[in-house]
Amino acid sequence: MSDKHEIPAGDDASPPLVGDFGRFGGRYVSETLMPAVEELAREWPRAWRDAAFQREYHRILRDYVGRPSPVSDAPRLSDDLRDRAGVDARVLLKREDLNHTGAHKINNCVGQVLLARRLGKTRIIAETGAGQHGVATATACAYFGLPCVVYMGAEDVARQSLNVARMRMLGAEVRPVHAGSATLKDAINAALRDWVATVRDTHYVIGSVMGPDPYPAMVRDLQRVIGDEARAQCLERVGALPDAVVACVGGGSNAMGIFAAFLGDPGVRLFGVEATGEGVASGRHAATITAGREGVYHGMRSLVLQTDDGQLQEAHSISAGLDYPGIGPEHARLHADGRARYLGVSDLEALDAMEWLARREGIIPALETAHAIAALPAIVRALQRESRARPDGPLRVLVNVSGRGDKDMHTYMQRRDPAALVMIGAREGGRRDD
Amino acid sequence: MTEHTPQETRTAATEGRVARRFASLRAAGRAGLVGYLTAGDPDLARSRELLLAACEAGLDVLELGVPFSDPTADGPVIQEAMTRALSAGASLERALELAASVRARVDTPIVLFGYANPLLARLERDGDARALLDAVTEAGVDGLLVVDLPPEHSAPLREPARARGLDWIGLVAPTTTDARLRRVLSVTSGFVYAVSLTGVTGARLDPSDPRLQEQLARVRGVSELPLAVGFGIRSGADVAALAPQVDAVVVGSALVAAAREGPDALAARVRDLVPRPGPRPRV
Repeated sequence: MSDKHEIPAGDDASPPLVGDFGRFGGRYVSETLMPAVEELAREWPRAWRDAAFQREYHRILRDYVGRPSPVSDAPRLSDDLRDRAGVDARVLLKREDLNHTGAHKINNCVGQVLLARRLGKTRIIAETGAGQHGVATATACAYFGLPCVVYMGAEDVARQSLNVARMRMLGAEVRPVHAGSATLKDAINAALRDWVATVRDTHYVIGSVMGPDPYPAMVRDLQRVIGDEARAQCLERVGALPDAVVACVGGGSNAMGIFAAFLGDPGVRLFGVEATGEGVASGRHAATITAGREGVYHGMRSLVLQTDDGQLQEAHSISAGLDYPGIGPEHARLHADGRARYLGVSDLEALDAMEWLARREGIIPALETAHAIAALPAIVRALQRESRARPDGPLRVLVNVSGRGDKDMHTYMQRRDPAALVMIGAREGGRRDD
Repeated sequence: MTEHTPQETRTAATEGRVARRFASLRAAGRAGLVGYLTAGDPDLARSRELLLAACEAGLDVLELGVPFSDPTADGPVIQEAMTRALSAGASLERALELAASVRARVDTPIVLFGYANPLLARLERDGDARALLDAVTEAGVDGLLVVDLPPEHSAPLREPARARGLDWIGLVAPTTTDARLRRVLSVTSGFVYAVSLTGVTGARLDPSDPRLQEQLARVRGVSELPLAVGFGIRSGADVAALAPQVDAVVVGSALVAAAREGPDALAARVRDLVPRPGPRPRV
């Protein structure tokens, strides 16, 4: 427990603050929410240790989500890295894009909705940025028969209209949020305001490893299946652990999920890739680790993009899922400890990488994932520079393909393929997202 | 009101303006009106006029809101006030300047009301709370209320603030358990702020809700501190319904809305809302 927390002694009703990541984390919420957060902190570890809960969670992951997701070799990406970066590297892709609903988000949602049922909650709310978490939550709610309200920034509603339609088809109510930058952070504000008013019967399914304790730890636990599977698959396929694990980072749940299984393997380097948008110098970016400072926001102490006066700054990324001015507190700690390294990728580099993976491997990644792909040349060069000679073959790099790119096709066409927009417009007289 | 006997001055040094104000309210046999306004809304010059107009019209305690970009405990009226204030250049520094200019004219106790990050950003920058608390006390502020700093996390700011004689106002909500109630009260001074409803500021309140009566009685049962109730109180009728049970009512969104009409309208609203003498709760 960090020295920042003062827990009065002898108060049996109050468990210690678990999920406290060095000086990051905590439960910075108003008193109205505190009892609900304490209940979650008490009940989550119990549920997670309960064999029946585990059985049900893993049964749903297998029969409904489609797990385990495969690990694919990416031989042509590996060829390109040899040609372009001069590094002999074997790229392995953990295919979360093949999950039901098209991204890693569903792992967390089915677990949290299971927990909500266990706690007797009868209504679910969520925030969403790219719409993937909203779709996953709406899906889990349809599966369990619970009503679902999803808050989404009005800007993101426009950028991700396909996902809005999906959520609505799944029976969820989508509430656009016009306040502030009308993106993910404002959707979270709106969801928190809903939760403050409805906390007795409502569970708030936070979509990333952020928010007040126990959310960062709970979402990490629920996403850890990515890393556990990938670690075993890598050992089986390659006979060794990867040299590096790479994932994109917005709030950071897909990265935490895959990192978690490798934290005890000191030989495995961990790389998080954040969005530098139009460049950190432009001020239009979402590079929280690079440019953020410690702050308290959305219930947690973490790194935050903020002004000198402590006002939140608007983030920017071409990828709605990375467009968030904060980051999960465990990433802030991994960064502070040097256990994980974080680098940045711009909007343009992400678009290039989306094309690269599509054309060379036949996988259209989400723009979020494309950030991780785009960082590969820099990462393999750095690894080669730093590592001793490797008698046992090429560098092994495991990349989390956190989601598929269908939702981003409109953004892609606007930026890279206006001819396709014209074709669609001529045929259908309107806009389509896939 | 600004004249103190030596006896009162000694009391002031130990108890502060907030405690003295609640003592004089008890003597007058009425509940007090705690009024919230956002510092710097709609701009610094007009905010100063509004704050003075409200204090001079009879606010018993001024809650001066420090604008924050992401006020998650506030409803739309106060969110919009914060957005206006921030667009007009408001900040923690400007809020303290406003407090100082109010303090130069009136003796109304001032509680700085806000969210953690603008205060903690200052702490991070300075390395400790000293410079911030110097500025707070020099501005004539009497207490702090930080919505998202529960007792578990408030010590780095609360302890040095208390050491300087600033009050630390604790919030309790309808959802607050008995264990948490004791924990919040153990670090509260000045007065306890009971949130009247499960929701954000400016939401709809039914003052006759029996759960509210029960909540107020529960807080009374474990605390001798003055008890204020707020969230959703907007009319003279709301005030009249709640005043007999508490030491003060807090009005926020309704005053922020009245302030949009200018200082005269705001002053009239304050006069309308100040509780009349009447039955007092058993303490």
